Amino acid sequence: MSVTIYVPRDSAAIALGANDVAVAISGEAKKRGVEIHIVRNGSRGMFWLEPMVEVATAQGRVAYGPVDPADVAGLFDAGFVQGGAHALEQGLTEEIPYLKNQERLTFARVGITDPVSLSDYLAHEGYAGLRRAIGMSSEAIVQEVLDSGLRGRGGAAFPTGIKWKTVANAQAAQKYIVCNADEGDSGTFSDRMVMEDDPFVLIEGMTIAGLAVGATQGYIYVRSEYPHAIAALNEAIATASQNGYLGANILGSGKAFRLEVRMGAGAYICGEETALLESLEGKRGVVRAKPPLPALEGLFGKPTVINNVISLATVPIVLARGAAFYKNYGMGRSHGTLPFQLAGNVKYGGLVEKAFGLTLRQLLEDFGGGTLSGRPIRAVQVGGPLGAYMPQQQLDTPLDYEAFAAIGAMVGHGGMVVFDDSVDMAQQARYAMEFCAIESCGKCTPCRIGSTRGVEVIDKIISNDNRPQQVHLLRDLCDTMLNGSLCAMGGLTPYPVLSALNHFPEDFGSPTEKAA
Amino acid sequence: MNREQPFDVGAVRDVIAARRHMPGAMLPILHGIQDAVGFVPADAVPMIADALNVSRAEVHGVISFYHHFRQQPAGKHVIQVCRAEACQSVGSEALARHAEKLLGCAFHETTADGQFSLEPVYCLGLCACGPNVVVDGELHARVGADKLDRLLQAKRGAS
Ligand SMILES: Cc1cc2nc3c(=O)[nH]c(=O)nc-3n(C[C@H](O)[C@H](O)[C@H](O)COP(=O)(O)O)c2cc1C
Ligand code: SF4
Ligand code: FES
Repeated sequence: MSVTIYVPRDSAAIALGANDVAVAISGEAKKRGVEIHIVRNGSRGMFWLEPMVEVATAQGRVAYGPVDPADVAGLFDAGFVQGGAHALEQGLTEEIPYLKNQERLTFARVGITDPVSLSDYLAHEGYAGLRRAIGMSSEAIVQEVLDSGLRGRGGAAFPTGIKWKTVANAQAAQKYIVCNADEGDSGTFSDRMVMEDDPFVLIEGMTIAGLAVGATQGYIYVRSEYPHAIAALNEAIATASQNGYLGANILGSGKAFRLEVRMGAGAYICGEETALLESLEGKRGVVRAKPPLPALEGLFGKPTVINNVISLATVPIVLARGAAFYKNYGMGRSHGTLPFQLAGNVKYGGLVEKAFGLTLRQLLEDFGGGTLSGRPIRAVQVGGPLGAYMPQQQLDTPLDYEAFAAIGAMVGHGGMVVFDDSVDMAQQARYAMEFCAIESCGKCTPCRIGSTRGVEVIDKIISNDNRPQQVHLLRDLCDTMLNGSLCAMGGLTPYPVLSALNHFPEDFGSPTEKAA
Repeated sequence: MNREQPFDVGAVRDVIAARRHMPGAMLPILHGIQDAVGFVPADAVPMIADALNVSRAEVHGVISFYHHFRQQPAGKHVIQVCRAEACQSVGSEALARHAEKLLGCAFHETTADGQFSLEPVYCLGLCACGPNVVVDGELHARVGADKLDRLLQAKRGAS
């Protein structure tokens, strides 16, 4: 009988050698006359174990990792096709504590299924949400999403149901669903993983959104840095269309929904929703002034739902299991789960989906295992390049949108980048300004000019040129950017800069300057 | 102004014809042209403007806004080093300096022999296993100086 062996096709696993491992395994099996069947599944998100190979046994899947092609012959010698013991053996995958201690709702299938297999998707609760939604009125679908407490996972945490309701109530001949898959934030990769490792869940979520608001066309705007995600989505969209899950008559309901992937072109600002719409329309990605809201005048001037990948990919489970099921996870007004992403200088980097409410320290220590370098953690940047740098004394903050906002930080997309004590925080502050200068859309002065001036001022601070005055100037400049910018690019860049200055003044040469 | 490079006009015409009727066709056309000829030639600008009924300035404005589009051909091999925060935290800046030294060219430049272009990239979504590098479209994670040497050597050998 043929044995099923799983070798991930997630691009992080590939970057760590998964394709070579798959080739080595099939070559070795042929040589030994062992009958195997290789499934290219998604990644479980435990990147320190990638490439992680799993073998299906009667007890469940047994994991081996990280596997190098040079290990493959030894694995066969150890009888790994029967789940045999080997130095790389990790036991049953589901029992690995990192995975076992998670609450995977949005990521329920990720790493388990073959991402582009519709039958695999259906066998794992796929399309249960759409099937239920088809029997509901559009008002009832919107209400279900409202009741779930789901808030936008792309950064601003705006309630998804309210956004949908606005679009549902708008009168127009054409409406659109747009998925923001620009994921430009360093330290975030959950959108990428959903698209590569479970693309049908995003397609299903967008189809439900279409039914909810009366939109018949959807676009997924994916950044050009993610070619693997684009390929997986296109493959899944073609399969869904061939099988009646997309197209003129979804599952015989008489309702239409079509979906198309569009590639971005390397501009961070195109993650901002109105810049993204401009880009989709074929223009420079320059931010639009609001109002009008995209919900009323969005893509091509028509009412448009624009949501993040994770927001949309969470909708199917909300519909399949019901709003109450989802809402019961979390704390305060942060309901449900967030796929947190441990990145940077961290020992066990990867994806951890948990209900809101655990502390940053629990994530970094219990899951992350501290730094990769083994040195003490000095700073953690949470929520991407526009997020604050948090020092040791703030690590006990619970992961909750409001608790973070209260200390001038933000949960954002749930990505955390760990730095050890070798980091120079003045350089990080400089980088934040430089990044803003490179990526600014240029529409407003505080952001466009302010960020360039910001780099110059920080350079002067670093070289001890009139330091106290320059620090004063930097604070002033941040204040102007914060209050005078049209969008959060210029408006939030002061967060990393000021948090570095306030929490790590010694790196700016001013040991006396303490947290403001 | 840079001298215009030779390119396949027919390929550009085909891309424009195939995509001009898409809603918001500009980016799909530019991607198609860059995929087909390796960059967006200046002589393609009036063709696009004509097909989409917009000004040449508008087309040029779009091309120059996006980091992805090239107005000149790249070197034979394109090396991209991630310079965003997560990769910085595990030494990508030292790797970036090493790459410059190894190639003898700065970021945004092509080596004198036309073999390598060195470019920055701001996050590849592989932030849990940096520093990360892309060589001719292939992803490589946990790249230290030694690994970069090997990757470049392999390209030198192959070219
Ligand atoms: C500079 C900037 C970059 C952004 N980048 C992204 C992004 O990459 N992905 C994303 O989903 N939202 C991003 N956002 C937030 C979007 O503007 C918007 O809030 C989001 O797409 C709404 O979807 P949600 O309600 O599902 O979160 C960005 C915002 C700003 C100001
Ligand atoms: S803040 Fe910056 S990115 Fe945002 S609109 Fe102004 S110039 Fe553009
Ligand atoms: S920061 Fe380098 S891959 Fe994300």
